[in-house]
Amino acid sequence: MIPLTSASTDRPDVDSADTASTLVLDKVTKRFPTGTVALTDVSLSLGPGDFVTVVGPSGCGKSTLLRLASGLEKLTSGRIDVSAASTSYVFQDATLLEWRSAARNVELVGELRGESKAERKRRAQEALDLVGLSGFESQHPRQLSGGMRMRVSLARALVAEPELALFDEPFGALDEITRLVMQTELQKLFRLKRFAGLFITHSVSEAVYLSTKVLVMSGRPGRIVGEIPVPWGYPRSPDLRHTAEFAALTGRVSHTLGEHS
Amino acid sequence: MTTPPMAPADTALLSEPGEAQVPAGEEDRRPWWRTALSRTVPIVGALAGIAVVWYAVSYLVLPPNQRFLLPPPHEVYGEMFGNARLMGPMTAALGRTFGVTVFGLVIAVVVGIAYAVVMSQWRYAERVLYPYAVILQTIPILALVPLIGIWLGYGFPARVVVCVIIAVFPMIANTLFGLQSATAAAHDLLTLNKATRWQRLWKLQFPAAVPSIFTGLRNAAGLAVIGAIVGDYFFQQGAVGIGGLLRVYTERLQLDALLIAVSLTALFGVLVFTVFAVLDRAIVGRWYGHVGR
Repeated sequence: MIPLTSASTDRPDVDSADTASTLVLDKVTKRFPTGTVALTDVSLSLGPGDFVTVVGPSGCGKSTLLRLASGLEKLTSGRIDVSAASTSYVFQDATLLEWRSAARNVELVGELRGESKAERKRRAQEALDLVGLSGFESQHPRQLSGGMRMRVSLARALVAEPELALFDEPFGALDEITRLVMQTELQKLFRLKRFAGLFITHSVSEAVYLSTKVLVMSGRPGRIVGEIPVPWGYPRSPDLRHTAEFAALTGRVSHTLGEHS
Repeated sequence: MTTPPMAPADTALLSEPGEAQVPAGEEDRRPWWRTALSRTVPIVGALAGIAVVWYAVSYLVLPPNQRFLLPPPHEVYGEMFGNARLMGPMTAALGRTFGVTVFGLVIAVVVGIAYAVVMSQWRYAERVLYPYAVILQTIPILALVPLIGIWLGYGFPARVVVCVIIAVFPMIANTLFGLQSATAAAHDLLTLNKATRWQRLWKLQFPAAVPSIFTGLRNAAGLAVIGAIVGDYFFQQGAVGIGGLLRVYTERLQLDALLIAVSLTALFGVLVFTVFAVLDRAIVGRWYGHVGR
C-alpha cells in the first residue's frame, strides 16, 4: 500500500501552513437546487508560492470548486476565505472577445478597472511579451491558433497582477504537443510571478508537472481523497517528465485515482 | 532521491510561439476583370432568360388583339427613355418613395435596437415586450393600414409608419439574438472583473451583437422598401409615390407604364439590399480582423 502523503524533504522554501494563506476552503459543500451534491467537505488552503493542482474524473465537481473559490457560485455550507487583492481566472476555452485584437483583449481588464489608456497599453504589452506574443498584438483571435489564443488568455490573467490565479482545465482543448509547451511556459510564469495557483485538470502528468501539491478528487459527490506533495523546485525542465521520479509520482496519483473511482 | 534535471536558468522567459499563424486575407488573387465577369455573367444570363420568356409570351402565347396585356420588352422599355411625360412623374415618385424608405428605415433601426437593448437588460422586460414585437409582425399589415390612415391621415407620416411597422421586427429579433450571443464564460469574465451593467452592455453584449445587427439591417432594408411602396399604394394624399403610381396605372390599364414602374421598384429594392449586403460584408469582415470566411 502506497501512503497518500510523504514527507517532503527538499522543499524548504514553500510551506503553506506557515505562510499567510491566500485562499482557504474549510469543509465546503455545494448542493445545486436540483439536489445534486457537487462537493462535500472540501478543505484546502494555499498561499503565495503554492501551485496546487486538482485532478479527478470528469464530472467530479472540479470546476465547481473553482467557481466557488472565485465567487461565481455561492456555497451551500462551509467557509471560503480569499485574501488576494486580485484574482485571475483562466477559462477552459480561451474566452477571447472575437472583435478585439490580442492586445485589446488583454487591455480589457485595465479598461474595466478604469486605468488610463497609456497605462493599460503598457501593461498589456508587458504581459503579451511575457507569454511570447510580441509581434502578434494586432491579430484578432480568429487569426490565431488555439495555443496562441490560450497565450492571450494567460496574458489577460497576468495583466491583473493576480495574487490568486485559478485555472479551469485551460489546456484541455489543446493538442498534445501544444499542451506540453504551454505547461512548460506556465511553470516558468509561475516561477516568475509567484502567485498562489489553483489548477484543475484531468491529466495526471499535467497535475504533477505543474504543481507543488496534487489533490486527488473522487467523483459524485466530489471530495478530496488524496494529497500528494511534489518535491521539485522551479523552473522545471520539460525532460523532468521522462525521469523515474516523475513516473513514480504520476503512478501514485493514478493509483489514488483508481482506488476511489 | 536523485536530483531531477532542471531547466537552464534562462532569463528570456518564453520561446517563440511554435505554432503556425494563419496569414490574414491570403486568397488566390484573380485579375479583377475575371472576378467582375464571373459575377456579371449569371445576372445577364438570368435577365436574358426573362426576356426570352417575355417575348415568347408576347408573340407566341398572346393573340395580337390581347398583346396589350404584355407588350414586348422593347416597346415597354422604349417608353422608358423616349417618353419624358411618363418618366418625369415616375422618377419624382420614386424619389419620394426613397425618402419614405430611408426615413422609415432609420426609425426602424433606432427603435429596433433600443427595444432589443431594453429587453436584453431585464429578463422581465423581455417577457413583457417581446410578445408585442411578435404581434406587430404577425398582424397582416393590410389590416392595420386603414387604421393608420384614419389616425394619422394619408400623407408622409402615415407612409413612414407603415414602413416602420414592416421593417422593425427583423431589427428587434436580430439585435436581441446578437445581444444574447455572448458566451456564459465571457459573462463570467466580466463578472469576475466587477464590470458594471453599462460596461457589460458596451464592452460585451453590444459588440457581440454587431454582426447580427447588420443581418437585421439587411433584412429591414429590403422590407422598408416594401413598406414604403405599400404605404404610398394605400395613402394617396399629397405627392404621389411609386406605389401610388402602380395603383393609378393598374386602374387605367396602362400596362407598359405599370411594367416600367414594377421594374423600377424591383431595381430599387435590389439596389437598397445590395448596399446593405456590401456594407455588411465590409464591416463585419473588419470586425473579426479580416479572415477569409
